[in-house]
Amino acid sequence: MTTTQSPGADLPLQQHESVVIRFAGDSGDGMQITGNQFSHTSAVFGNDLATFPDFPAEIRAPAGTRPGVSGFQVHFSSRDINTPGDQPDVLVAMNPAALAVNLKDLKTGGILIVNTGQFADKDLKKANLDSNPLLDGSLDGYRVIEVDINKRVREALADTELTAKEVQRCKNFYTLGVLYWLYSRPVDTTVEWLRAKFAKRPEIAEGNVKALQAGYNAGDIHEMFQGRYEVPACDDLPPGTYRNIMGNQAVAMGLVAGAQLANLRLFFGSYPITPASTILETLAAYKHYGVSTLQAEDEIAAICNAIGGSWTGQLGATATSGPGMALKTEAMGLAVSIELPLVIVDVQRGGPSTGLPTKTEQADLLQAVFGRNSEAPMPVVAVRSPADAFDCTIEACRIAVQYMTPVILLTDGYIANGAEPWRLPEIDSLPKFPATFRTDAEGYQPYARDEKLARAWVKPGTPGMESRVGGLEKDSLTGHISYDPENHEKMVHTRHAKVMGVRDGIPTPEVVGADSGDVLVLGWGSTYGAIASAVDGMFAAGKKVGRLHLRHVWPLPHGLDEIFSRFRAVLVPEMNMGQMARILRSEYPTQNIISYPKVQGLPFFTNELVEKIESLLEQ
Amino acid sequence: MTDTKTLTKKDFQSDQEVRWCPGCGDYAILSCVQGIMGGLGIPKEEIVFVSGIGCSSRFPYYMNTYGFHSIHGRAPAIATGIKTANPDLSVWLVTGDGDGLSIGGNHMAHILRRNVDVKILLFNNEIYGLTKGQYSPTSPRGLRTKSSPMGSVDAPFNPLSFALGSGATFVARTVDTNLKHMQQVLAAAAQHKGSAFVEIYQNCVIFNDGAFEDVAAKGVRDDKMIDLRPGEPMVYGKEHDKGLRFDGLEVVRCSADEADVWKVDTGSPTPGFMMAQLDRSPDMPRPLGIFREATTDAYEDLVQAQVQRSIESKGEGQLHDLLYTGDLWTVEG
Repeated sequence: MTTTQSPGADLPLQQHESVVIRFAGDSGDGMQITGNQFSHTSAVFGNDLATFPDFPAEIRAPAGTRPGVSGFQVHFSSRDINTPGDQPDVLVAMNPAALAVNLKDLKTGGILIVNTGQFADKDLKKANLDSNPLLDGSLDGYRVIEVDINKRVREALADTELTAKEVQRCKNFYTLGVLYWLYSRPVDTTVEWLRAKFAKRPEIAEGNVKALQAGYNAGDIHEMFQGRYEVPACDDLPPGTYRNIMGNQAVAMGLVAGAQLANLRLFFGSYPITPASTILETLAAYKHYGVSTLQAEDEIAAICNAIGGSWTGQLGATATSGPGMALKTEAMGLAVSIELPLVIVDVQRGGPSTGLPTKTEQADLLQAVFGRNSEAPMPVVAVRSPADAFDCTIEACRIAVQYMTPVILLTDGYIANGAEPWRLPEIDSLPKFPATFRTDAEGYQPYARDEKLARAWVKPGTPGMESRVGGLEKDSLTGHISYDPENHEKMVHTRHAKVMGVRDGIPTPEVVGADSGDVLVLGWGSTYGAIASAVDGMFAAGKKVGRLHLRHVWPLPHGLDEIFSRFRAVLVPEMNMGQMARILRSEYPTQNIISYPKVQGLPFFTNELVEKIESLLEQ
Repeated sequence: MTDTKTLTKKDFQSDQEVRWCPGCGDYAILSCVQGIMGGLGIPKEEIVFVSGIGCSSRFPYYMNTYGFHSIHGRAPAIATGIKTANPDLSVWLVTGDGDGLSIGGNHMAHILRRNVDVKILLFNNEIYGLTKGQYSPTSPRGLRTKSSPMGSVDAPFNPLSFALGSGATFVARTVDTNLKHMQQVLAAAAQHKGSAFVEIYQNCVIFNDGAFEDVAAKGVRDDKMIDLRPGEPMVYGKEHDKGLRFDGLEVVRCSADEADVWKVDTGSPTPGFMMAQLDRSPDMPRPLGIFREATTDAYEDLVQAQVQRSIESKGEGQLHDLLYTGDLWTVEG
């Protein structure tokens, strides 16, 4: 196989700055793998990229139906980008249902690659289509490329030992091959990946390699396209060593790093829940970093395992999503009461209740900040992108260890499964915050505090310091049970002051774009990419628009009031009904806080934000 | 490390005032546990008591060891975390019939099936005491309480069957009125490597006084209870004249001479199950003692062995390797 002397090399090569491709097919068609492989190859090629996987909660909804459609959007670019793109330039539809669900998003004039091998009457019926879109004119205005991928794969793999079913499972790699050819990408990275992935079943690996190669060659042989495209490597990324990273992976790595930077072992208890489960899976493979992972019997047990681990002197952590957060609530209160370090990762998804397990949302903010019985304050840190998850997780560990407190780390489904290039930090540049354990029994009082109001951490097993912790209110010094009214008030105030004190150790966030003027767009979490794209574009066009992104969502950093007062309005786009806006209005009652909610289980589009900001500028 | 040889009961008494109702069975259990601790040869700083919520769960405050009074029902999950993170600690869990079998029933099943090396003392008084007298998951059907004025319609759990069904490797029962028996059973539990589940009949003087009187009262207990001692014939009665033997899938009464020898080391939970079922028969003696004793790997050892094996085969993980792996590329400045 050769990729340097490509077939079709004499076709015209057009350069594009950025391209957005959406792969769409049945849940069983392997669209997530296809999208991830395309992203990975593009990352290694040197493009900046952002991805948006969008798949159903059902593992295999009935084949060929609309609810079973799984999509993966990738935006790759020769410049620095922040979002997976509003609208795809290219749509790959593996069946009629995928076409029906996704066509409305495709740009006018965009390329539409359709697998005609899956367009029989019965396929149309499964997709609830009364007529065949290939024939009824509904695809007018798009550049439609019809390929019978089923047949082509059958032909390409005719001389293999694979069963007919196994052959059809190679369809996605044929498709990937076509796209690699069209966008002048090498196939090598995927070939290596296939051979490693199917090391135990080389015939499957080779079948897929063959399909990939056949798809690649087809671009030329079958004259499907009038030309090829190229998206050159991105040259405005800061210098450094890069890798491609997904959000959950970065959280897992951040927990390992956070524990090591604190000189602690990581003790992770978790219960599988979409979209958080891959954090547990990733950490389970990191045992050689001294990581213990427990798959608990339920969400409550998972956090309780972690609390037990923290009590013995390890860094306890757990990860979950909204419904699991609800179940962990009581144990979080216990962690607040006994004042031990603990990191709780909430990968938010659409709710309420089971809601939209595979779709994204930011609606657990108020739950994270306030959602426990009584006065149970906890610091909350929010991740803005897959690569940012690494730094934020370390920051959550730092606060937990230095303040002897449980900390919530908010991410969401969009970050968890999305990918982007990550400029790897120098290990020596990472912050160190070694934990200390008290072993001096002389004068020891379990609830005596340091200047950060943190109590001392004592490991069971330390002689002479036998003591009891628990969820009952305790004396502010001895830790013995206390029902004394003044003591309780003192403890409530002290716990509050300790958590609010976290703000003394964090910077005031930087304003990007206009430093004062008409609109400040304030974001937190995964709205970062869309906000940055929208605001930076408008600022470059001379609009007095700035942006500020919060990493610490509780307590809020110092200095926000002054920043807000420099703008006519503060716009807060959120994938919820305005939860951060509500907090800001209560903290900064004199400011003009405008909420911009979106609750579709989907991230914001850049265009939506631009329109909203424009409407404010006109007022 | 403190000198364990000199530890006495007094060393295990904390400075906290014990606040159970006068006459509560918990006092006897506390005294017994404090009494056997010194004999275990474990430094007291390496002993931890974990509890949930309920009258019994105040226990850790009264032990001069490390203690963790947690939340309702969750003590098994917290104890699992503690023991797995630090297998060197001797972990004891104190719970009750409500805490351990109702709100925490799920965690109880799972700590037992995993065989975490934790000693579990379940104080069974067949009532909710701390919430002032509602029926519990072990209350007999028909029990009239504040929340069941016409009698409870719930069928009760048999704690021993629950534990055996969960795969507990050590299962025993004792009673708060028989100090000597309690000492023997708790000492045996302490020696067991793996989860040890001990049901302790405990009288609640306020809300369910005399719940076990019909079998456990001093005057009748020799004839109404049988102590299952591994390796010894199943004999009971004031005159040691009565016995039990297996008849197919049944346990039947017989004379002392015909009694079968009680075997718990067969690995099978079945004999224990058969004995636990005697609770339902009014004309059979109520069994106490050891219902199962089996050896298998403890959970925390398996978890830590995987960590060790992983470190040995891959080398201790360094942060640089964690980040700088896979497909990397360089952007030149």
